[in-house]
Amino acid sequence: MDGAEHKGVPSVIDRYFTRWYKTDLKGKPCEDHCILQHSNRICVITLAESHPILQEDKKIQRINYQISAGCSRLQNKVSGKSKRGGQFLTELAPLCRITSTDGEEYTIFSCIRGRLLEVNEDILSRPNLLLEKPSTEGYIAVILPKFEESKSITEGLLTRAEYEEVVLKRAGSNLQPC
Amino acid sequence: MLPLKVKDRPIVCTLLAAGCCARCILRFCCIGLQSAYRQPYEDLAKELLAFASAEESDKSKDATDKEPTEDPPCKKMRLETEQSHTEGGDKAETSPAQAQTDPDSANSEVCVVCLGVLQHFCDKAFAKKVSEAVATERYQFDSLVLSVSLPAQLSVREHSIWLLVKKQVREKAMCLGKDDVIQVKEAFKWIMNGLVSQELSVPVLGKSLFEVSVGFTHPETDGDCHFLATTCSDCFKPAKNKLSVFTRMAVVKALEKISEENFRRQFPCPPGHPATRCTVQDTQCLHVSVFVAGRYNKFSRTLPQTPWVIDGERRMESSVEELITAPLLSSFRSEGFNFSSSGREDVDVRTLGNGRPFAVELLNPHRAQFSKEEIREMQKAINQSSDKIRVRDLQVVTRDAVAHMKEGEEEKTKSYGALIWTLRPIEKDDIEFINDIKELKIAQKTPLRVLHRRPLAVRQRVIHTMTARFLDTHHFHLNLRTQAGTYIKEFVHGDFGRTKPNLCELMKTDTDILELDVESVDVDWPPAIED
Ligand SMILES: [Zn+2]
Repeated sequence: MDGAEHKGVPSVIDRYFTRWYKTDLKGKPCEDHCILQHSNRICVITLAESHPILQEDKKIQRINYQISAGCSRLQNKVSGKSKRGGQFLTELAPLCRITSTDGEEYTIFSCIRGRLLEVNEDILSRPNLLLEKPSTEGYIAVILPKFEESKSITEGLLTRAEYEEVVLKRAGSNLQPC
Repeated sequence: MLPLKVKDRPIVCTLLAAGCCARCILRFCCIGLQSAYRQPYEDLAKELLAFASAEESDKSKDATDKEPTEDPPCKKMRLETEQSHTEGGDKAETSPAQAQTDPDSANSEVCVVCLGVLQHFCDKAFAKKVSEAVATERYQFDSLVLSVSLPAQLSVREHSIWLLVKKQVREKAMCLGKDDVIQVKEAFKWIMNGLVSQELSVPVLGKSLFEVSVGFTHPETDGDCHFLATTCSDCFKPAKNKLSVFTRMAVVKALEKISEENFRRQFPCPPGHPATRCTVQDTQCLHVSVFVAGRYNKFSRTLPQTPWVIDGERRMESSVEELITAPLLSSFRSEGFNFSSSGREDVDVRTLGNGRPFAVELLNPHRAQFSKEEIREMQKAINQSSDKIRVRDLQVVTRDAVAHMKEGEEEKTKSYGALIWTLRPIEKDDIEFINDIKELKIAQKTPLRVLHRRPLAVRQRVIHTMTARFLDTHHFHLNLRTQAGTYIKEFVHGDFGRTKPNLCELMKTDTDILELDVESVDVDWPPAIED
């Protein structure tokens, strides 16, 4: 389809969001995440296109927002303009675990500090959204960084260009095929 | 001639000895005759002294009828300044004989109650000073109301003197209520209203759109209130926007609560003598707001409704609000404004058709009266200043009418025009399919683009009708009539699937919105103005 060429304007993501990346999370090769930061500082966490779930033609068995016995991201509730009551997340806070039909388990992390506003419940009933529209309807969670940290939260993240370089290098080396 | 009765004489003597000024003495004698306060202060002081010094035996006649005798009972009226009040308590009250007559006694010292307000700031010279300050502001007004703000401790001193008077009255088995005492403010206005009116050649009324405020402070005695904070701590709660907890209201409340005994233990009765008179604050002028309403069109996709500032930096050079208010501010010579409208559009959205209702509150306008013709000229000036907006139906409205604009905003219908892009080629069936959709209920989570400043919620909205017009293989024009509050952009692109259903889902392809126009805002206010 050549629709995109006819469009002549950037996509919704490119119009309003900046793409940031974190690669090889917790040292696990290719488990890359993408952080879409809106100009109003809100961040949407998604799988990066290089993530094994998207690269290796996996099927999804189960998505679990219950990250420990005492903590489920599905319990998260925010109220008011100031989003009181939302769970506060640090960079390595797990958001959910995704199990593929081949028995592999992948943990998706927050990647940034901030208040959890919502998780995407639609992917529980329609896991294929994660595979078909990973950067829009298949998003994982929405996080609101603190106002004063809205600049610093992306300091440890890769830009789109840096990310592409990492992916390109991987393709050139046979050690870490993704 | 003073309307004082013989029974007033002991009170007059007591108050003179306590260090009250002549006008405060009239107040505590509950004299409601305004002209008594208006006579020159020196004349009044002399007359009072004469009255106080009159023979006690002269009971049947009004004391002022008589010349003061050689040996009056209140002869030693002059106050013992230092000793008597450092010892505090009731001494001055119980020993009026320690004072001695002195024609200057009632005006050479600063009054212990009004701290000089009724002595030194109630004459033609002060009226002139206030009027000159008003004149330099170049307001247009045909009447004014004078308001006066007094230091809070003045109430404490008033209370102290009141206790003194009450005691005396009670001893004489007379009856007197605190409400009968004339307030300082009241006496001040009785004297000053006429004088200011003469200076400015307009009536000074109890109510007016134009207010002139005179304020006094007295730093020397600011500490007078402090003992109340320990006694009635619940009356003095720190509040935002207040410099001190000792507001006049809080002090009055505390004085109502405190027992007489407790008060007398902690505050001298009568109050100590101040060395200085009050300090006059700058005269403040305030004209009530004027409200102007109209409807505006916005023809630009790079013009925000209000100034757009991110991280303290200006993003766009102008705004609808600024283009409309600039000519209004200069015509009304207003100090500021509040802009409101029936809903608002994004920076990249145009508002066409009849336009969007708006209202501007002009704060403290120096000129408030305009003819219809002059308002029309203002509208012209706005429209000539920019081709990015256009204003119609500009008119002066009431404050209540503005509330009208906001009423029922949610129930109104809005019409939009949008340029839609689709990923897959558009087919004829698509157009028919869209045109057939009626009263579509959608659920919108608060869009990500406004979620940082609005609560997270799911809102039900109705899209009444849609009309599609084919443009080319990947573009069509879409007209929507929706319930107010529907987020059109999110309905089209889906907002990460957070609006359901959305146009992508309905058409089973990716869709995006490239342009959006508000075609009409169905609020029938303000009324149309004939050209
Ligand atoms: Zn006085």
